[in-house]
Amino acid sequence: MKVAVIRFPGTNCEFDTQYAFERIGAKTQLVWHKETSLPDGIDLVVLPGGFSYGDYLRSGAIARFSPVMQAVKAFADRGGYVLGICNGFQILLESHLLPGAMKRNENLHFVSKYQYIKVLNNDNKFLSRLNKGDILNIPIAHAEGNYFVDSDTLAKMYDNAQVLLQYCNAQGYYDNPNGSVDAIAGICNKTKNVFGLMPHPERACEKILGSDDGIKMIEGFMH
Amino acid sequence: MKAIVNIYLKHGVLDPQGKAVKHALGSLGFKDVEDVRIGKQIVLTLKDGLSPEEAKKEVEQMCEKLLANTVIEDYDIEIVQ
Repeated sequence: MKVAVIRFPGTNCEFDTQYAFERIGAKTQLVWHKETSLPDGIDLVVLPGGFSYGDYLRSGAIARFSPVMQAVKAFADRGGYVLGICNGFQILLESHLLPGAMKRNENLHFVSKYQYIKVLNNDNKFLSRLNKGDILNIPIAHAEGNYFVDSDTLAKMYDNAQVLLQYCNAQGYYDNPNGSVDAIAGICNKTKNVFGLMPHPERACEKILGSDDGIKMIEGFMH
Repeated sequence: MKAIVNIYLKHGVLDPQGKAVKHALGSLGFKDVEDVRIGKQIVLTLKDGLSPEEAKKEVEQMCEKLLANTVIEDYDIEIVQ
């Protein structure tokens, strides 16, 4: 599998992302945001975490207009797989490749910690290696992760199994670190080829560092 | 000519900053505050020669495309000569 990792000014999770995907046997390539096309033979595009354009105006609002985003959008429109992690998720929301928007965390703090999340749906490529109800321990680190979407759109997303991940505690009960609607941590688009989540699976790839649950997540793209 | 753009979260979308400030005002003894909404103001200086109508139209497009996220935000535009 060949993975393109997009790099914007202010991205800071690109190397962790490369490490994670190479650990599961993928080939990775960094792509600078000024490129107007993606490398040939790409199976997955990852928009990694960080602070593209210093989070000016709104997180992801300016990165959306980087030249490479035209190519990413065209790739997604052709059915290509796109994964946005944290700031990457915010960019996908601002690009309207995913529904909804991010607000400041409800408690106004930058939240940085390990967080349990629950798999709500697995009939998609990303989470295909996991079971519904699985609980994963994955780091989160964000100030604007308070996911909002209007109730009509949310109802359609539930009907179409687009709500993929929900924050929870170790026992799987309700926990909400940022005020997101229904404690939503990750979603996908209607056609289930564009994925976004606030937690960082690439930071949970080694047991010795606390958790390797992230591997179980990204492995889905390998099969 | 200047365009003053005010952007704020839509009604019905909970404003976490507004809520915190309301709480802080309450603890300072300001008991008459019912609600606080926090937004941002963007001041654009525009080239001369545009009519106020043209300017407003163009700034509206700027808001729709970039300045506001209309999923959660409303905006209003004031053109000042």
